[in-house]
Amino acid sequence: MIHSLFLINCSGDIFLEKHWKSVVSQSVCDYFFEAQEKAVDVENVPPVISTPHHYLISIYRDKIFFVSVIQTEVPPLFVIEFLHRVADTFQDYFGECSETSIKDNVVIVYELLEEMLDNGFPLATESNILKELIKPPTILRSVVNSITGSSNVGDTLPTGQLSNIPWRRAGVKYTNNEAYFDVIEEIDAIIDKSGSTVFAEIQGVIDSCIKLSGMPDLSLSFMNPRLLDDVSFHPCIRFKRWESERVLSFIPPDGNFRLISYRVSSQNLVAIPVYVKHMISFKENSSSGRFDVTIGPKQNMGKTVEGVVMTVHMPKAVLNMNLTSTQGNYTFDPVTKVLTWDIGKITPQKLPNLKGIVNLQSGAPKPEENPSLNIQFKIQQLAISGLKVNRLDMYGEKYKPFKGVKYITKAGKFQVRT
Amino acid sequence: MTDSKYFTTTKKGEIFELKAELNSDKKEKKKEAVKKVIASMTVGKDVSALFPDVVNCMQTDNLELKKLVYLYLMNYAKSQPDMAIMAVNTFVKDCEDPNPLIRALAVRTMGCIRVDKITEYLCEPLRKCLKDEDPYVRKTAAVCVAKLHDINAQLVEDQGFLDTLKDLISDSNPMVVANAVAALSEIAESHPSSNLLDLNPQSINKLLTALNECTEWGQIFILDCLANYMPKDDREAQSICERVTPRLSHANSAVVLSAVKVLMKFMEMLSKDLDYYGTLLKKLAPPLVTLLSAEPELQYVALRNINLIVQKRPEILKHEMKVFFVKYNDPIYVKLEKLDIMIRLASQANIAQVLAELKEYATEVDVDFVRKAVRAIGRCAIKVEQSAERCVSTLLDLIQTKVNYVVQEAIVVIKDIFRKYPNKYESVIATLCENLDSLDEPEARAAMIWIVGEYAERIDNADELLESFLEGFHDESTQVQLQLLTAIVKLFLKKPTETQELVQQVLSLATQDSDNPDLRDRGYIYWRLLSTDPVAAKEVVLAEKPLISEETDLIEPTLLDELICYIGTLASVYHKPPSAFVEGSRGVVHKSLPPRTGSSESAESPDTAPSGVQAPEQPAVIPTQGDLLGDLLNLDLGPPVSGPPMATSSVQMGAVDLLGGGLDSLMGDESEGLRSDVGGSPAMGGGGSGGGSFAAPSTAAPANLAAPLGSGLGDLFDLTGGVGTLPGSYVAPKTVWLPAMKAKGLEISGTFSRQVGSISMDLVLTNKALQVMSDFAIQFNRNSFGLAPAAPLQVHAPLAPNQSVEISLPLNTVGSVMKMDPLNNLQVAVKNNIDVFYFSTLYPLHILFVEDGKMERQMFLATWKDIPNENEAQFQIKDCSLNADAISSKLQGSNIFTIAKRNVEGQDMLYQSLKLTNGIWVLAELRIQPSNPSFMLSLKCRAPEVAPYVFQAYETVLKN
Repeated sequence: MIHSLFLINCSGDIFLEKHWKSVVSQSVCDYFFEAQEKAVDVENVPPVISTPHHYLISIYRDKIFFVSVIQTEVPPLFVIEFLHRVADTFQDYFGECSETSIKDNVVIVYELLEEMLDNGFPLATESNILKELIKPPTILRSVVNSITGSSNVGDTLPTGQLSNIPWRRAGVKYTNNEAYFDVIEEIDAIIDKSGSTVFAEIQGVIDSCIKLSGMPDLSLSFMNPRLLDDVSFHPCIRFKRWESERVLSFIPPDGNFRLISYRVSSQNLVAIPVYVKHMISFKENSSSGRFDVTIGPKQNMGKTVEGVVMTVHMPKAVLNMNLTSTQGNYTFDPVTKVLTWDIGKITPQKLPNLKGIVNLQSGAPKPEENPSLNIQFKIQQLAISGLKVNRLDMYGEKYKPFKGVKYITKAGKFQVRT
Repeated sequence: MTDSKYFTTTKKGEIFELKAELNSDKKEKKKEAVKKVIASMTVGKDVSALFPDVVNCMQTDNLELKKLVYLYLMNYAKSQPDMAIMAVNTFVKDCEDPNPLIRALAVRTMGCIRVDKITEYLCEPLRKCLKDEDPYVRKTAAVCVAKLHDINAQLVEDQGFLDTLKDLISDSNPMVVANAVAALSEIAESHPSSNLLDLNPQSINKLLTALNECTEWGQIFILDCLANYMPKDDREAQSICERVTPRLSHANSAVVLSAVKVLMKFMEMLSKDLDYYGTLLKKLAPPLVTLLSAEPELQYVALRNINLIVQKRPEILKHEMKVFFVKYNDPIYVKLEKLDIMIRLASQANIAQVLAELKEYATEVDVDFVRKAVRAIGRCAIKVEQSAERCVSTLLDLIQTKVNYVVQEAIVVIKDIFRKYPNKYESVIATLCENLDSLDEPEARAAMIWIVGEYAERIDNADELLESFLEGFHDESTQVQLQLLTAIVKLFLKKPTETQELVQQVLSLATQDSDNPDLRDRGYIYWRLLSTDPVAAKEVVLAEKPLISEETDLIEPTLLDELICYIGTLASVYHKPPSAFVEGSRGVVHKSLPPRTGSSESAESPDTAPSGVQAPEQPAVIPTQGDLLGDLLNLDLGPPVSGPPMATSSVQMGAVDLLGGGLDSLMGDESEGLRSDVGGSPAMGGGGSGGGSFAAPSTAAPANLAAPLGSGLGDLFDLTGGVGTLPGSYVAPKTVWLPAMKAKGLEISGTFSRQVGSISMDLVLTNKALQVMSDFAIQFNRNSFGLAPAAPLQVHAPLAPNQSVEISLPLNTVGSVMKMDPLNNLQVAVKNNIDVFYFSTLYPLHILFVEDGKMERQMFLATWKDIPNENEAQFQIKDCSLNADAISSKLQGSNIFTIAKRNVEGQDMLYQSLKLTNGIWVLAELRIQPSNPSFMLSLKCRAPEVAPYVFQAYETVLKN
C-alpha cells in the first residue's frame, strides 16, 4: 500500500513529506528527478517509475508533484485516485492547492494526511467526514481559537463514518433549503484540415450544491434518459433504481459534490458549435509565413458562443508574429511560442479574424509540422447533447426546497488541425 | 495567522528554545511548540532530540495536542526505543477510553510505532479492540493486525490474531469487512503459501454483500480479493459477474478497473453461446472508454491495461477506435500508448481512418512519437493485407519529406513489409536507394543492407552500394556488420562472377580483422559453406524465408493470461508477471485464468488445465522490430547449428581447392582464378600444407590453430568431427535430475559440458510413461550467471513410450541474472504435452571458465596485490597424485591457465588465473609438495563468494 508521500514543487524542492510506515529517505526522489529531467516538460513525467527498491507513482496538479512511494504490488489507479483525492481535499480546505497554502497550513495538512490514510489504507476521504474530524481553517475560527483555547480537531466520532450513508452527516440544518444542479458538458473534438470531424464526444457532469436540512431523499428524472448510456455515479445513487427506471434516486451529501459524470459517445452525432477557417503557410527559403484565421458559429442552437479563446503552439522556428485582429486581443510569447487570441463573444454579423505575417528564424528550414489550433468557448443555457432535467422530487422531509437547474456547454479538448 | 510562522525561528538554538516551550505550563504554548516540532518534521528536519519533552505532553485531554504528539511518536519512536516505552502506559489507558475515537486512535498509533518492545504491550489492547463494540474501533484494529504482522509476523500468528481477522470477514459492518480483507490480503502477499483468504461460496457471498455498502476503497480491496476466487462452475461465475457489474459505473476509476479484472477473469468460464456473455462484453466497453477522459496519469494506467484487454478480447473495443486518436497536447506517455492500441484495433473496416491519422501524426513535433507513428504504418501494412499498398504509398510520401528520422524509420518498416509480401513492392527500391546517404542509424542501415542483399539480382548496382558500406566496415555497429556480411554473401551467390573480390574482402574483414566472435563465427561459417558445397550454401543462405506473421509485439498467450489476472496492478503497467519484478514477493503464486467449464463437467477440479484455454488461432508471436534482425540472422544460421548439413569429413579437397567443386557449376570457367585467390588466404592456409586432405587439420592442428585464429576457427573444426581430439573441459557423467515418478513418466538426466567456448547441457529424455510425449520446451529461471538456453529444445519426433533421446542444448550466458543460493543452482522448467515440470540442479562452475582467462604476468601480480587479503580463501585438495605439469595441463583443458611456476623450498607453486563468463577474474595459487598428496589452494577474487565453487571445480577437474 502507500508507503510515503512527497510533495515537490516545480523547481524540484521537496517541501513536505509524510510516511505512513517506516521512514523512506528523501533520496528516493532522485529517481523521480532523473525522470523529470528526461521528460523535459513537466506534463510528460511518466506517472509510474520503478526504482531498485520502490515504485514511485506520481501525479502533477496545480504545479505540484504528488509523489507516492510504493513497496509492494498495488493497483496504481488506486494510488493515483487517492493522490487526486488528497489534492481535492487541500483545494477544499484551503481554497487552493498550492505550495503556499500547504506551507501555510502545514499542521492541518499533516493531520489530514494522517486521517486519510492508515498504514497505507485509505481511512476517511469524504470531505464531509474529514471536516468533522478536522475543521477547515477560517479567519474567524483561528481568532476564536486563540482566545478560547479550543482546537480545530473534532473530538467525537463523525456520525457518518459508519452509517450506511457515510457521505452525509447527521443533524444538518438550513434556514433556506436549496438544491441546485449544474449540467456541464464539454465537447472533446478533433477537426481535420478540411473542417470535417475526425472525432467528437461529449463529457458531461452534473455538479450539485445541496443545502437541505435533515435526511432528504431525492429523485431526479430526465426528459431523455436514453442519452445516458455510459455513466459513473456518486456512491449515493441507488444503482438498481437507475437500472430499472432510469431515475436518479439518492440521499445527497451535504454541500457541493459531483452527482454523475457521463459520456455521450462518438457514435452519436455531436454538434460542433463553431467552425474555423484557417490559412497558415510557410514559404520555402524566405523565413516568413502567412497566418489567417477566422472563427464562426455553427450548430449553436441559436445561443451565443462566448468566452472564445484560441491558443496555438507555433513551430519552434517562429520568431515572432505580426498580426491584426478584427476583434479581441492577441499575444505571442516568443519563448514558449504560444499564440493566444482572446476573442470573447462571437457575433455572426461580423466574424472575428486574425491575420498577418509570421517571421521565422533566418536560415531555419521551413517547419514541417502545422500547428494545431486549440479552441475554448462557452455556451450558456445549453446542454449540447440535448440532455434535459425533467423534475426533482423530495421525500422524507416536510419542507419545500428551492430547486434550480443550470446548463452550460464548454469546449473540452477541442482541436483543429491545420 | 498561518502555520508558516512555525518555520521561522531565531537563529540561536532552535531546539533549545522549543524544549523550553514544550515544558511550559501553559497549554496553549505547549501546543504551539508541538506544532513547531511537527512543522520541522514535515520538511525532513531532525527533531528527535526533543523526544522526552514531546512525550511528556502526551497525557492530555486536548485531542488535538494528543494527535500531534502521536504524529511525532510515529516518526521518531524507532530512533528512541527506550524512551518510547514511556508512552506505552498512556496508550494502554487510551485503549480503555469511553470515546471510541480515542480508543481507535490509540490502537492505530501503537501499531505504527515500529519498536519490538512496544509491540509486546500492544497485544492485549489489540485483542480487546478487535472485539470492540464500536465498528470504527474494530476496523482500525483490523488494519493494526497487518501493521503488527509487518513488524513481527510470528507474534501475530502465536497470538491467534489471524483467526480473529478471518472472523471479521463475517462482521456485520461492511467497513470492517473491507478492512479485514485488505489486512488479510496484505499479510497474504508476504506469505503466498499460507491459505489465509480461504474463499468459499459462503464467504464470497458475504464479500459481495459488503461490496455494495462499503467505501470506494473497500470496494477495491474486496474486488481484488474476489478476483482470486475460483468459482466452481459457470453458473456461480455468472452470478458473481452479475453482482459485480454495477461497479463498472463507479466514479472511482480504480474500482472500475478492479471490477473489469474480476469480469475478465470469470468471463473465461462462461460459454460464448450464452446471451449473458454477449451482454457482458457490451457492458465492458463504455467504462473502459470513460477511463480515457480522466486525468492523464489515470489514462496511462488505463491504456496499459486496455492494451492487455484488446489482446485478449479484441471484440470489446473494436468499435471504439476513435477514442484512441491522439490529441496534440496529450502527454507523450499517453500518445505512445494510444498509438499501440490503435494498431491492435486496426482492421479492414477502419484502416482508412487509422492511416489518415497516422499520417497526420508523422508530421508532429515530437520525435519519439513520429518514429512510432511511422512504424505503426508499417505494422498496419503487415496486419491488414488489403491496406498494404496504401501503407507503402504513405511511407513513400513520408520518405519524400526527407526528414531524416522519418526516412530511417520508414526504411526499417519497409523491410518488414518486404518480408511479409515478398516480390510485391520492389518498385520502391529505387526510391529507397536514393536515400542511402542519409541513413546514419544502425537499424536503418542494416535494414537497407538487408533489402539490397535480398533483392540483389534486381538492383543493378547492388555491388557498388554494398561496397560503399564496406569502406567503413570497422566503424559500423555489429548489427550492420553482420547484415553486410550476409548481404554480400547473398549477392555473391546471386551474381558470382562480378563479386568475388567483394566477398573475399568482407570474409577477411569479418574473420581476421574483427574482435567480435559472432561476426567471426558467421564469417567462418559462410566461408566454409561456400568452400565446401556452394549448392548447399545457396540453399541455406538464399532459402525461402517464412513470412513474418501478421501481428507484431503480441504478448505471449500464457503470459497474457497471467497478466489478465493482474489487471489494475503494477504488473499490468509493466506487462510482466509480478514474480519478475516485485521485490520481496517470495515465490509469488502464478495466477492463471480459470478454464472454461460447462455445468456438466463442473465437478472436475477447476485447476486441471489452466493453460489449455488459449484461443485456438492465436497468431504466432514474432519478436519486436528490434529483434527482427536477430531473427533474420538466426534463420540464416539455422541449418549449420542444428546439425551440420555439410558432411565435411568426407570432402576430399585440397586446402587450395577451397572454393572449387560444386562452385564450378556456378562460375564456369572463371573458377580457376578464384580458387587460387581464396586458397591463398592466410586463415585457411595455415591449416594444411598444400595438398593435405581437409579432414587432416582437424585432427592434427587444433592446438596450434586455436591459438592464432581464435575460437572461431576452432569452432569450425569442431563441426568437422574432430570432437574427440579437442581439449574440452571435464564432463561429469550424467545424473538423474528429474525422476520419472515426479514428472508423470518423464525422466531427465543430464550433465553440463563446455567445448571450445560453448556451453551445453547434455540431456537424456526418457519416456517411462505409456503415452507419447511431444511439444517439449525448456526454460531456466534466472540464475547467478545468466545461463539460458541459446536455442529451443528440439526434440524432432514425439517421444514414444520407453524411448529415450539424447539432446545437447546449447546455452549462453546472456539471460537475466539473479543471485541464487547456492550460487551454482539452476532451476529448470521442462514442458511437454502432459504438463510442466520443475527441477533444480547444480552446475559445475568450470563450464563458465572462458577461453581467454589467461592473465598477463604483470597484471596478475598487480591484481593479486590489489585484492584485499580478506578476500583470500584457502582450501585443501586431498588425495591427488599428479605432478605439477600434469596438473597444469589438466587444468588448462578446463580453461584454468597456469601463468607462472616457481619452486620454493622443494614445493611447486603454480600461479593460475581463470575468468568467468560474467567477467569475474579468479586468481589462484596452488602449492604442491612432491611427497604430500594434499595440495593447498589459495583463491583470490573480488567476488569472494565464488571461491568455494571454484574450489569444487578444481577438485572435480583434478580428480577425473
